[in-house]
Amino acid sequence: MKTICQSIRKLNTEDDTRAFGLEIADALEPGDVVALIGDLGTGKTALTKYIAEGLGISEEINSPTFTIVKEYRSGRLPLYHFDVYRLGSGEELLDIGAEEMLDGDGVCVIEWADIVADVLPEDSMAVCLKYGENEGERIAEFL
Amino acid sequence: MKDGRFLTLGIETSCDETAASVVADGRFVMSNVISSQIDIHTAYGGVVPEIASRKHLERINDVIGKALDDAEVCAKDIDLIGVTYGPGLVGALLIGVAAAKAMAYACDIPLVGVNHMHGHIAANYLEHKELEPPFMALIVSGGHTEIVNVPDYNKCEKLGGTRDDAAGEAFDKVARVIGLGYPGGPKIDKAAKDGDPDSIAFKRVYLEQGSLDFSFSGLKTQALNYLNQERQAGREIDVNNVAASFQEAVVEVIADKAVMAAEKYGQKRIVMAGGVASNSRLRALITEKAGSKGIDVLKPSPVLCTDNGAMIASAAYYAYRSGVKPDLELDAVPGLEF
Repeated sequence: MKTICQSIRKLNTEDDTRAFGLEIADALEPGDVVALIGDLGTGKTALTKYIAEGLGISEEINSPTFTIVKEYRSGRLPLYHFDVYRLGSGEELLDIGAEEMLDGDGVCVIEWADIVADVLPEDSMAVCLKYGENEGERIAEFL
Repeated sequence: MKDGRFLTLGIETSCDETAASVVADGRFVMSNVISSQIDIHTAYGGVVPEIASRKHLERINDVIGKALDDAEVCAKDIDLIGVTYGPGLVGALLIGVAAAKAMAYACDIPLVGVNHMHGHIAANYLEHKELEPPFMALIVSGGHTEIVNVPDYNKCEKLGGTRDDAAGEAFDKVARVIGLGYPGGPKIDKAAKDGDPDSIAFKRVYLEQGSLDFSFSGLKTQALNYLNQERQAGREIDVNNVAASFQEAVVEVIADKAVMAAEKYGQKRIVMAGGVASNSRLRALITEKAGSKGIDVLKPSPVLCTDNGAMIASAAYYAYRSGVKPDLELDAVPGLEF
């Protein structure tokens, strides 16, 4: 993954998060991987919802923690939404057959991507989400 | 067919468990094999769930063999095979579906695909021998929080579900940050017994008026904010109080919405299913709230709340009896809806 800090973005409201998600969605092409890194409650699933909205996906996006991945095909590109919170390593991600999706016809958004960083493509877009100073505020940092 | 009883073999591999079971006449469990129980010692060695499809592949034949042995039947006695074809993890589902198809083809047994969620509901047919539709079902687990109207054996209408985290998932995540560990549901349930549910005013999230949907993500964030704020102020955190208050905020909304759904559709019974249906506070509260409206609450025993093959066999039996056509071309559908 790219590790050079490129920019920092403040997400003070839900609208900011939405705008950010829509922007990411606009830039996505088949085979792209968005790696989301951040603690519980920093808004990884929320950001994914807005990326999905930007891709024109009509289905409800909810947390895939228990099935590790959910697939959505109603948008401009197929979306593979991963939550690898329960996995121990990148190898386990490959065990569940993720390779086809990482290298596939759609885009992958991966929550808790730091856990599986060793098997993600070099050119993944890594976004780090952190708590801001005030309640409800978040900071997104491109790594 | 053995001793005049219709035998269904149920196979379940949608997530962590490799499971198979033989059920007679859709109601009577003759065997119920769950691989995490076979390997109980190793399974408790670590908290990393064995989700790899490879693990299912290693076990599936043994699990099916043991299910037949335990029931004291052989493959030729089986009248029907039911297998979970979704929702779940694609690699995991494929193992069960492939094993079921191979056996159905080789032994010339009809095969029907079962929606995992219908299976959870059918667990109640095994527990409560007299239970018949119609009723309102509440499925609460690590991956699901859903209210489903069940007018007939093979009809399920989803009325509401979670918009973000499932109830069990919210329990797991909050348990982790307050240091209770995995599995979060039972640990929070236990800690909450020594805590005061009114000590922290967590918000009850009901969404729009009349909505039967759920949202637990905001509550999770609220709990995290509370913990941060207390830590910053240097105050000691009472884990039992956090567990009790958080649990109350989750189960109160679930109970209210389940009762609201039953009333709206004129159902006299609420049937619980899924792992979180074992939560003692949820059981007590929903029984109380439903009872005051003259609605009965049924729940399966904990072993039938977790993923198992018996519930899949029962659901398959009723699907087949309702006229669902056997299908040897069955394929896994990871994102299967109700």
